[in-house]
Amino acid sequence: MKLLTPLVALAALAAVPFFVGAYPLGLGIGILGYATLATAWALFSGPTRYISLATVAFFGIGAYTVAVLADLMPYPLVLLCAALIGLVVAVLVGLATLRLAGIYFVIFTFGLAELVRQLVTYYEVNVTRTLGRYVFLPIGPEHIYWQLLGLLAVTLALAFWISRAKIGLALRVIGDDPVVASHLGIGITRTKLALFSLSAVVMTLAGAIQAPRWTYIEPSIVFNPTVSFLTVIMALLGGPNRLFGPLLGAVPLFLLFEWLSANFPNHYSIILGLLFIAIVFLLPNGVLAAADKFAARFKNKEASA
Amino acid sequence: MTDLSRRTLLQAMGAGALASALASLPTFAQDRTAIRIGYAVSKTGANAGGAGISTIPNYLLWVDDVNKAGGLELSKLGVTLPLEVTEYDDRSSAEETVRAIERLATQDNVDFILPSWGTGSNLAAGPTFDRFQFPQLAGTAVTDMAPQLVQRWKNSFWFLGGGHDYANALVDLLVKQRDAGAINNKVAIASVADGFGIDLSKAATPAFQAAGFELVYDKTYPLGTSDFAPIINEVSGLGVDTFVAFSYPPDTFALTQQSVVANFSPKIFYLGVGTAFPIYPNVAGPNHNGVMGVGGIDPDSEAIAAYFERHTALVGQAPDSWASAVTYASLEILGQAITRVGDLDKAAVAAEIASGEFDTILGKVKLVDNQLRALWTVGQWQDGKFVGLAHTEGKAAREPVVPKPAWVPAS
Amino acid sequence: MLFSAILTGLVLGGTYALIAMGLTLQYGVARIMNLAYGDLIIAGSFGAMLLFTAAGINPLIALFIVVPLGFALSWLVYALMLQPLARRSPNRDRLEGDSILATFGLLFVIQGVALVLFGANYQSYSFLAVPIDVLGTTIAANRLLAFALAVLFGVGLWLLLTRTRFGTVIRAVAANPGSAPLVGINVDHVARLAFALGGGLAAAGGVVVSMYLTFSATMGVIFTMKALIVVIMGGVGNLLGALAAGLILGVVETLVSSFIDPGLTLAATYLIFLAVLVVRPQGLFGKAAR
Repeated sequence: MKLLTPLVALAALAAVPFFVGAYPLGLGIGILGYATLATAWALFSGPTRYISLATVAFFGIGAYTVAVLADLMPYPLVLLCAALIGLVVAVLVGLATLRLAGIYFVIFTFGLAELVRQLVTYYEVNVTRTLGRYVFLPIGPEHIYWQLLGLLAVTLALAFWISRAKIGLALRVIGDDPVVASHLGIGITRTKLALFSLSAVVMTLAGAIQAPRWTYIEPSIVFNPTVSFLTVIMALLGGPNRLFGPLLGAVPLFLLFEWLSANFPNHYSIILGLLFIAIVFLLPNGVLAAADKFAARFKNKEASA
Repeated sequence: MTDLSRRTLLQAMGAGALASALASLPTFAQDRTAIRIGYAVSKTGANAGGAGISTIPNYLLWVDDVNKAGGLELSKLGVTLPLEVTEYDDRSSAEETVRAIERLATQDNVDFILPSWGTGSNLAAGPTFDRFQFPQLAGTAVTDMAPQLVQRWKNSFWFLGGGHDYANALVDLLVKQRDAGAINNKVAIASVADGFGIDLSKAATPAFQAAGFELVYDKTYPLGTSDFAPIINEVSGLGVDTFVAFSYPPDTFALTQQSVVANFSPKIFYLGVGTAFPIYPNVAGPNHNGVMGVGGIDPDSEAIAAYFERHTALVGQAPDSWASAVTYASLEILGQAITRVGDLDKAAVAAEIASGEFDTILGKVKLVDNQLRALWTVGQWQDGKFVGLAHTEGKAAREPVVPKPAWVPAS
Repeated sequence: MLFSAILTGLVLGGTYALIAMGLTLQYGVARIMNLAYGDLIIAGSFGAMLLFTAAGINPLIALFIVVPLGFALSWLVYALMLQPLARRSPNRDRLEGDSILATFGLLFVIQGVALVLFGANYQSYSFLAVPIDVLGTTIAANRLLAFALAVLFGVGLWLLLTRTRFGTVIRAVAANPGSAPLVGINVDHVARLAFALGGGLAAAGGVVVSMYLTFSATMGVIFTMKALIVVIMGGVGNLLGALAAGLILGVVETLVSSFIDPGLTLAATYLIFLAVLVVRPQGLFGKAAR
């Protein structure tokens, strides 16, 4: 019974490309892309409270892997390679960084994303002497949509499983109090590393899946730090500690961006900024918490009426 | 139970948000009171600086010019209609560009779509323009791939040439100077490690070598470099008469300032994007005179002079002397093609753009294999204008001044 | 050659340190992760450019106009927007999250206003671009000025913090905002002052770099991130740390550019930054226990 609702929802979402035009489908791809990134981000950052700005490093690695390998091997194999590369990078990075705390971790991850971008650029410029790469794959928008939907579903399932499993509990203890965690004999580093890698692999795949949509891949496109920032903002807004929190941060925010940039192309920045400030003041605990509160009040009213 | 009801609530919220977002999308009836022009340009983000000088002002100016003239005549429909604009901000992101075009094509039902600024965004938008069969007039994309892209996307038109055009023209010009004894055989190149810089440097390095030049310095620097003292200090000790930088605007300005400070004043000082900007003479002061760069205009053309005046009057600043006039000309071509076809049939307009000859501010223009092949490639600041020294068709508006005047130290 | 490269690098590092000083104060004392910091720098640059090109006011004099404005603006921002957040936050994590979101919004507001006022175009003018001979190496006077100001601010504020009563108060708040009120310190007041001071420093940095760097309304985030790198590498809240980190990054960048490959400068600076953090997770001068 519990499994039925998500399955029906998934099936309904999967049918969307048959019924809508190019633009809503594009919107769907954008939403799914960010929803996946935000959920993956919260997978690690939610319980540990580590704010990572490395999202775009993995995202870009995924996109670049597709650009490099697309002509050499079949597409599923390309995705697998992308995931593996993301995993290896994540493990290496994780080993080096997870002893950092707070803001040091935040900026470290930002530096990391920039370093990856610089190295890719240097390699392309000096070794292959081409900066942009072309991805001509016979993959239409609806295929990208389905792949992203699948990835999001898997990510949500993983997040659900982790929140129930021992590893999730361990992570929450780490987030609440690392000292207690180590006293309880929780392998802090191993647990964090596993989660970080998992989250990074999802991000890598999200980049890889979307690469065919742009045709042209260059570092300034796929390593755009805005992606990292937006992911953090969306997850924080929705509430990173809830299963659907990042998702419910990503969807309205994405639609808001779209609506603002369409209706106020010249004052987009100002309105967006003011809205952000307002949100922080009005919804201090994220969209989900506000929805909960609202629902609770609604129930109380019903009860008292 | 609470769990379930919360979930249903959330799902309802999500669905509701999507529905209201879709409902709020503007839909137009098929009224014919205007020709709908749509574009998504970078008003914010990394590309905003480039779009703000070469793309957006020209879109505004063209719409203004056409509407002041009463609109475009559609003889088959028996009406003359003004232009009506739908504009979006693509926030300098390829993903946004693609989606904005999908939106313009399928939701706003615009008649024609103008592209965003830059090589990358035009390449990213190519498949989408192609899917909806809109002609794509890439006025600010520099790519040697244009001949192949045209095969792939039949309705794409490339107006700004490829790296080889600019690199070869520069090398030809320098060969003449060297053979005349005006400069020595040594050349130093610094290129920004980004699309434009690499495209040009990839073409220039072999061309210089083939012409027998000695490349004593040929390196790249990362996008966002702020200090060029190390590069200029090193290059100034190498005895070169020619310094070439395939640079972006911030680098172009900083390289100039640093060279003046270091009193590195080679006989040929050539810079990339930004040299042709109207702001360059302000940045370089008296030292802008004699600086060479990519692009150029015909200083004797009345049409160009009038265009500069209209542009300045409407936008408040002069256009740049490279991509601006080309972008404007691409719009003139679109307008004339629409009038000739006499209705808004995209395929017919694209065919007309591909085959017709047009009267533009660049003179008479006919595209070759969907590409503008009549381009100013090397320019030089002379008497307050960035004049064309070399053209793909072999003409020259002015003779190069070599050596350029020595730097005047800043006071 | 090596000496000259190091000198050039130190001067470049001066610029990095200068733009990071204010942020280290804001984050170290007021505990606000100010993502709009770079946009305040850009605002300072626009102010200087406007005064210079429209009113012919020397950017050095403009410092005395723009810096107080930056101070006042930051004071207001803290009082109106951030203080309520600081008051309602039960703990530091929470304030960090909230301030990231709120200043992210502020970033867009400032950037949007600049876009409406000045457009997206690149802005550049030239001032004090005169060569100065320093021990045989030619250096632009405007960059030397940035270096001098960085050292002046860095050392001056460090002395202020360590040698005066007022400095002790600020450090007490930075070290332990929870206990500071117990000894009669008004934490709100001190934090507001530190935040405003940081804003003034940002504006000063903006005025100085506008003399030689090209800027545009949308470039603020580049400055924010550069400043953050310097602040984190030096150790949060430590002005000498910011100075040292800035200088190190400048020297590394210049050495790599001169002796290895200019294409690797930024890769090298990020690598150094990451390496420092791997060895010293709290930054060069940071305290181990936060």
